[in-house]
Amino acid sequence: MLRDKIIEALQTVKDPEIDSVSIIELGMLDELEIHPDGVLIKLLPTFMGCPALDIIKNNVVKAVSSIDEVEKVDVKFIFHPPWTSDRVTELGREKLKEFGIAPPPRHIAETGEWQADCPYCGSTYTTMENLFGPTACRSILYCKACKNPFEAMKPVSTLM
Amino acid sequence: MRYGLEDALKNEAYRTAVTELLFQLADDDFILAYRGSEWLGLAPHIEEDVAFSSISQDTMGHAAMYYQLLHDLGAGDSDELAHARPAGERKNAILLEKVNGPGTYLTEPHYDWAFAVVRNYFYAQAKKVKIESLKNSSYQPLAEAAVKVNMELYYHLLHWKTWFSQLVSAGGEARTRMEAAIENAYVELGGLFTFGDKGNEFTNHNLIDSEEALRTRWVQMMSPVFASLSLELPEKFGMKSGNGRNGEHTSDLQTALDTLGEVYNFDPAASW
Repeated sequence: MLRDKIIEALQTVKDPEIDSVSIIELGMLDELEIHPDGVLIKLLPTFMGCPALDIIKNNVVKAVSSIDEVEKVDVKFIFHPPWTSDRVTELGREKLKEFGIAPPPRHIAETGEWQADCPYCGSTYTTMENLFGPTACRSILYCKACKNPFEAMKPVSTLM
Repeated sequence: MRYGLEDALKNEAYRTAVTELLFQLADDDFILAYRGSEWLGLAPHIEEDVAFSSISQDTMGHAAMYYQLLHDLGAGDSDELAHARPAGERKNAILLEKVNGPGTYLTEPHYDWAFAVVRNYFYAQAKKVKIESLKNSSYQPLAEAAVKVNMELYYHLLHWKTWFSQLVSAGGEARTRMEAAIENAYVELGGLFTFGDKGNEFTNHNLIDSEEALRTRWVQMMSPVFASLSLELPEKFGMKSGNGRNGEHTSDLQTALDTLGEVYNFDPAASW
């Protein structure tokens, strides 16, 4: 089925800065519309200022265009519903860890504090070094157990 | 009643009001993100460099989103709206356009970190108050955008509030310089809360709460922080250099626009 083929193609489109995780695993795909004259793919940006959006868009067009039955591909970024970090799939969470990034914490304290387990050794004995990391969606932490610095995907929720 | 894009396009008075509000929101974020970007490589330590550039990038993303909403409403191409509009057409508050300090990015940047912290904290809190109100805006696309902005703003506000509290409570030179920066900000702070000459239309169309309600809410949010740091809030906020919402600006804005638009203006038709 065409829909499956498109999903398969989207599965090959990775986050340019975390190349183990696909945009589907990140929960960025909102809708896939198949029309007689082409395909419309609606994606949710993780953060509004993310500079990778254009790259992702081009990669989606490239990947989906390679399917024979597809005439035309349109990619649209929408922000409703808003992307939240609980959209990252279970597989996505595993793949983030493989890459050395702790998946977004599921729990945020009332004070706004949160913690992430070390993606290398699993220890909870970690400290926050910088809430802001190399990209808008990541923070920098340090594991006191295995002495590795690591990154964690920030929790983002509409409850904030 | 909620209006979608199609409704707004059919109702000229409504469209004009939304457009005006969006320009204020977009231009505020745009110029402050630019001022933030000028700190790159100059922030007090490397973690702050990372954090501040991330915040500036988010903020520029918010501006881009508002320019996109303006584009949808037929206001023009979003790149052009961001880069090519002259100072007289900009609607940002004057507080946000002021230089970071004497010198320029490349030569002798004697930037004032205390002022950066104060300006960004005051602005993030004002933006928070507005965003909370915009979540209930009658213009549906703007209400949806507000939900998205709010999630990122959470981290900005947390960041600047931490800097603000720590520097003020540090005492000594830190406190003296922070107090001077706060006084400096008060002089133009009123500009953040005004809607300008056409502002009545915003409340008539239920786009956002009134100026008065937003200012009151801001004071309510700030009061406990100020009290805990033994700081005083003034009765009134100033607008010494004019009202940016009406297109009144200082030469700081023109200089900034010349710099940030230099490459764009060199060849506006270029494809990047």
